[in-house]
Amino acid sequence: MARTADVVVIGGGIHGCSTALHLALRGLRPILIEKDYAGRHASGVNAGGVRQLARDIAEIPLSISSMDLWEHIQELVGDDCGFESHGTVLVAENDEELASFRARVDDLRLKGFTHEELIGRDELKRLVPAVSDHCPGGVVSRRDGAADPFRSTQAFRKRAIEKGAEVLEGVTVTGLSRVGDVWRVETSDGPIDAPKVVNAAGAWADRIAAMLGEPVPLTVVAPMLMVTSRVAPFIQPVVILRGRKLSFKQLGNGTVVIGGGHLATPYRDRNETVIDWEKLSLSARTVWELFPVMRQATIVRAWAGIEAYMPDGIPVVGPSSTSEGVYHQFGFSTHGFQLGPGTGAMMAELVATGATNVPIDGLGITRFQSR
Amino acid sequence: MFKRLGDIGATLTLKVDGKPIRARIGDTVAAAMLAAGIDHCRTTPVTGAPRAPYCLMGVCFDCLVTIDGVGSRQGCLVSVREGMEIETQTGKREAGR
Amino acid sequence: MTQASDLASSYELVVIGGGPAGLAAASLAARAGVQTVLFDENPGVGGQIYRGITANPVKNRSILGEDYWAGAALAAEVKASGALVVNGATVWSLDQTKLVGVSIAGKARLIQAGRVIIATGSLERPFPVPGWTLPGVMTAGAAQTALKAQGLVPSGRTVLAGCGPLLWLLAAQMLRAGAKIEAILDTSSRINWLRALLFLPDFMLSPYWSKGLKLLREVKAKVPVIRIESVEAAGKSKLEEVVYVTGGEERRVRADLLLLHHGVVPNVNLANAAGVAHRWNERQLCFEPILDADFGSSVPGIAVAGDGAGIAGGTAAAERGRIAAIAAVRALKPGGSVADPQTVRQSLQREEMGRFFLDWLYRPADSFRRPEGDTIVCRCEEVTAQQVRDMAAMGCEGPNQMKAFLRCGMGPCQGRLCGLTVTELIAAERHMTPSDVGYYRLRPPVKPIMLSELASLPIAEAERKAVER
Repeated sequence: MARTADVVVIGGGIHGCSTALHLALRGLRPILIEKDYAGRHASGVNAGGVRQLARDIAEIPLSISSMDLWEHIQELVGDDCGFESHGTVLVAENDEELASFRARVDDLRLKGFTHEELIGRDELKRLVPAVSDHCPGGVVSRRDGAADPFRSTQAFRKRAIEKGAEVLEGVTVTGLSRVGDVWRVETSDGPIDAPKVVNAAGAWADRIAAMLGEPVPLTVVAPMLMVTSRVAPFIQPVVILRGRKLSFKQLGNGTVVIGGGHLATPYRDRNETVIDWEKLSLSARTVWELFPVMRQATIVRAWAGIEAYMPDGIPVVGPSSTSEGVYHQFGFSTHGFQLGPGTGAMMAELVATGATNVPIDGLGITRFQSR
Repeated sequence: MFKRLGDIGATLTLKVDGKPIRARIGDTVAAAMLAAGIDHCRTTPVTGAPRAPYCLMGVCFDCLVTIDGVGSRQGCLVSVREGMEIETQTGKREAGR
Repeated sequence: MTQASDLASSYELVVIGGGPAGLAAASLAARAGVQTVLFDENPGVGGQIYRGITANPVKNRSILGEDYWAGAALAAEVKASGALVVNGATVWSLDQTKLVGVSIAGKARLIQAGRVIIATGSLERPFPVPGWTLPGVMTAGAAQTALKAQGLVPSGRTVLAGCGPLLWLLAAQMLRAGAKIEAILDTSSRINWLRALLFLPDFMLSPYWSKGLKLLREVKAKVPVIRIESVEAAGKSKLEEVVYVTGGEERRVRADLLLLHHGVVPNVNLANAAGVAHRWNERQLCFEPILDADFGSSVPGIAVAGDGAGIAGGTAAAERGRIAAIAAVRALKPGGSVADPQTVRQSLQREEMGRFFLDWLYRPADSFRRPEGDTIVCRCEEVTAQQVRDMAAMGCEGPNQMKAFLRCGMGPCQGRLCGLTVTELIAAERHMTPSDVGYYRLRPPVKPIMLSELASLPIAEAERKAVER
């Protein structure tokens, strides 16, 4: 005898948990299935950047609606999630970069987006006093900030359960098929039937899509991060670079998180990653050149999350192309954390009403299918 | 807290927070500080509590001191050198140290 | 002194740790013709048990006892064997591809190993009591190290607390060196005796039986030994008094130094971070790697020898090192000749005999392994027992989630001093076994490295160009 639900959400990252919460807020009864524990993978171990800056145009509406939710996160999930907003600054290392940034900011403004602001040397030095003198300026997105990724994911999970969602952890989806007018989700803990399914399975989402006859060119990647021991406060905004891989932020407790997207080797079936130290060494050199004050900092830990990357670097969000009632919400290509709250809200609207007010053109799964 | 067993042998001088202390060639920084009767070598970043070496084998990280300008060095793993400058570490390390 | 730039980019065998297991392994492998390097982070080899063996300031041999000086033979053997021994070398990373990250004098290198023997030994079991973070509280091992390697002996009022053979050995060594001990507060439990008695016959056959009895008599003749139920370190900014309860009554003794000891446990950090599978040992109350008969781990090509494989003492460690080395030599030089491990196995068996008696006799009581209230559990992040218990009771099921919520285990010691306590507290609160609770999932670097060290890694130009956007 299969259990039933209004919606089965596959995957307990921030996207799955956010969708489950928003479905519950709409009075629906979702069951979320997570093979490890909520926030075990990319959502729980990323750099925590709550960033609108430097996104592909297709993601911007979701990013803006998400930012509105981040600014009221305490009300939404009953936890401030460690969210602090001091802006994100994209630092230009030379005049060519600055010129390309100017072109991008102008283009965004033409399209009606004003969250990115070009800044010169003086404003850069004011915002980021510790940055090296050779940098001529950059771009700032002032609403941006950072939050605690594991705490945020767990907060969404907890609130979802409080609002009526059921969360099954340590349970793996083993099959997905149509039985009558419902979807039967086979799991390691027995089957669950539901009229709607959301595939938020992160680095394993391609397997769910394959069960629906919708193969997608998903690559499993393992972006690396390092964190230092506590340092007296010296930087407030999150700093990112374009020409070289770097994201850099100092947390409230004084530790500094260094990321940027250099990749480790993932083994997604063993939940393991192998760190590439030579690439981390390049991050170390970048930090060395950009922030001389960090030269004697100590690295206390390095790790990598297991994440899904799509060939065009933007997620798959929207209805399935083969299966009525199934929706996709995966492939956030190392920058899905900030999008979690808003995409969950949008997805709940889409699942519940069949339509959404937030534009998600360009994110559909059909873009990978030849016409 | 600790005293030398027998003859100290060849010695050298180092400074701890500006004050000179005598150490045996072959001492670790932590041992030299203990032998000199120095009470604590750091205060914690979380509450500012005083700490002194606990394990002397490199696993507790309570012996962290700044050595010749470089912070968060494990004093129990570093051998003393003539003229070494040790500073006890207060709370969060400063950026640039 | 070997510098980082002197190292080759690969070695057939990398031995990590210069205690008895590492020394014996490196010697055997090098003599069999395997290109071997041994990395040890201390200024000289010997590990903990033979610490300072190559440069010992203690002139009077009888203070430390003959078992200690046996280490000199191992140190001499490795010197003559042809293995490259590198002191002051901290291994901060090992992964399943057997790539070793090592730093010497602030410069980092990545070394590819054909095979690895992890011989990083053991460390003191955490002994969390109120006030244990005060200056003036140290481990028994620390006092032993201070004596062996630095020729230092406690000068003020000293109290020892805990149980286990090393506590008695330390007391004897300190007394012979002229130190005064105010009291030994014995935490061993009478209940343990019953369990241990089963194994007494075996133990009586081992050389430790007569040595142990002699040691106990030597110490008890000079120091009051008091059976206690609990102990606390008290003082404002350093230790001033030791407070203990004996026979239900609270007593206080002024003290300048409190030395704690509840046995040693395997130092699992490097093996854990390398992906080696571990399991809970209920007799010894610790995690140990899952190993085959040659001390090979779940990661092909990585073996764990010595006390890191499970607590068995110094002589057993050397035998284990040899067995692991023989397997490594056979894998690296299949045609060559190397000793048959059988004699070594027999030797090892004799050494291990009688351990069960000591293990059961000196098992620390629950109250010492599962503290309560404001007692600090994670020293680095100052997380208390109550915080861990509350979080566990609220549903936090494992140490890794606990780490993410409370930051315990996120400090530089990487759980070496809190890991076992956190596991035991979660087990207590959630009525699970420590085996089911598991341990922290550790990540490299297993010791902090400086940004400048990491930046100093030599990188091929092609590699650099490949990763720029």
